[in-house]
Amino acid sequence: MGPNLFSNFGEAVAMILFGIGFCNLLLQKNLIKKIIGLNIMDSAIYLFLAEKGYITGRAAPIVTDGIQSVEAYINPVPSGLVLTGIVVSVSVTALMLSLTIRLYRRYHTLDLDEISALLKKEGR
Amino acid sequence: MDFVQNFPFFSIVVSLFSGAVCSVLNGKAARAINRVVLSAVMVLSAATLVFTLQTGESYTYKMGHFPAPFGNEIRAGVLESALALFFCFIMLFSLWGGRKHIEEEVEADKLNYYYILTNMMLCSLLAIIYTNDLFTAYVFVEINTISACGLIMIRQTGRTIEAAVRYMIMSLLGSGLLLMGLCMLYDLTGHLLMENIREAVVLLHASGRYQVPLTITIGLMTVGLAIKSALFPFHTWVPDAYGYSTASSAAILSSLVSKGYIFLLIKIIYRVIGFEVFGDSKINNILFVFGLAGMIFGSLSAIKEDDIRRMVAFSSVAQIGYIYMGIGMGTQAGMAAAVFHIFSHAATKALLFIAGVGLTDVSGQSKRFADLKGSAYRNKIAGAAFGAGALSMVGVPLFSGFISKLLFSQAAVLNHGKMLPALIALAVSTVLNAIYFMKTVIRIYRPMETDYEVRTFGRQKLFAVSCICLVALNVLLGTMSQFLVDLIGKGLEMFA
Repeated sequence: MGPNLFSNFGEAVAMILFGIGFCNLLLQKNLIKKIIGLNIMDSAIYLFLAEKGYITGRAAPIVTDGIQSVEAYINPVPSGLVLTGIVVSVSVTALMLSLTIRLYRRYHTLDLDEISALLKKEGR
Repeated sequence: MDFVQNFPFFSIVVSLFSGAVCSVLNGKAARAINRVVLSAVMVLSAATLVFTLQTGESYTYKMGHFPAPFGNEIRAGVLESALALFFCFIMLFSLWGGRKHIEEEVEADKLNYYYILTNMMLCSLLAIIYTNDLFTAYVFVEINTISACGLIMIRQTGRTIEAAVRYMIMSLLGSGLLLMGLCMLYDLTGHLLMENIREAVVLLHASGRYQVPLTITIGLMTVGLAIKSALFPFHTWVPDAYGYSTASSAAILSSLVSKGYIFLLIKIIYRVIGFEVFGDSKINNILFVFGLAGMIFGSLSAIKEDDIRRMVAFSSVAQIGYIYMGIGMGTQAGMAAAVFHIFSHAATKALLFIAGVGLTDVSGQSKRFADLKGSAYRNKIAGAAFGAGALSMVGVPLFSGFISKLLFSQAAVLNHGKMLPALIALAVSTVLNAIYFMKTVIRIYRPMETDYEVRTFGRQKLFAVSCICLVALNVLLGTMSQFLVDLIGKGLEMFA
């Protein structure tokens, strides 16, 4: 456990960040802080993938100088997954922000519990 | 290769492109395209179903020109095509039944947006059903989440926006866990295609190495999908999202969206992790416990509700609990019962939401029970349809709910360790179901003392036809269930 943890500290950091982001998204009351939590959580996953996909001493998988040996390059799939994941997370972040703006214009607060209380008072 | 084998791919692409086309059309044209696409996908899925039944085996369809470990794949079997056919049917009648409300509650110049969202929803559901690649499944899970959020908030009130935010938060927590799980699985096995992952997982399990990471991975993916499909205690967004969105959205969300995630989970259990490895990880026990809790607490919350839509929404929580109880039993019989309940609950819940809106229409749009008194006399078709749905939910013979309860109890009896809690929870939950559904039916059938206006068939043709079709589907599932049960058995065999 001990030596493994040190040699894989990047993954450990990614896991800690994932936990931080997850708790923020779940527990914060403020909507903007929730969205920041979401972004931390997603970025932690990309950090994990990038960390796993990189092999020390190898280059990005673009053939240069005619070297075609598999040993010279890293696996391109994790990077591809990161890119796809970023697209998804950008679009959900945009959607969440637009919903937040709508709620703020209506209720002049970012606190989700307060909004729920206001809605109950409206009684509709 | 037969031409029929292209059909799953065609149905995904047709629904995807029609979504894009709808963005430049007006509401009516978009609606027409949506209907055509739904019917076309229904025909395509039926043809695939017939083809797979005839050949008796599933097939994989290569996307692009790269062979197995590199390219992307679609896989179609009996269960996949049957589910696709069924989902299209339910979606079509949910949209028909609630059409008047869609047109009243959505702003006129945004009507085509509604059909963009439903087409994207259909596309993502089909892709989740058919895909053979885990990461593709994740991407379409996110598309599904976004379009579901749109379907909730297209009716612009404070309540729906708040419900959409709550839905998004829970959903994003779930998809974060799912993504983390599948990244770790990719890290452990080095593959993204389901078959290749399973081969690697079986070797890994046999070698006894990396047991803890493997268990954590399975746990992350299971919990992620459980959160997304509103398993108790992650159901807090359900009553608002189903209670205040427009009726068709509520029907689609509760009968299709959560079922899509559950089907993906079943696929992961069989085709990615392997049934035995999943059983050894003991995670099914956790699902079993939360399923039982959902069955009881969902029903208890439904009893306390004074709003018909929210009551039906809480009943969904209980029914999702049934499905997870079946998955949690860890036997083939339990899984088959869970899959049957996916079909049965989808048919019944869509019917209840659509019939419910017919009742509120003749009660001055009020959803309170006090105002709904006698509404079944004012709108006879909606009343009868709601009654049929309620009987099915309670589990009265002739309706589909009875067969799923029967299958669940048979599966429970075959499983010694979990027999007693499962049977007790089934009995208690059935009684609770009966309390709140029969209470509602009695209220809507309370005789009226004053004069009242009756809404006749002629004034609500589409609504009436969709109610009748959904009731017929329910009765068909209840009376001729053996065909579907055999089909599910065959489909689950093809998974292995």
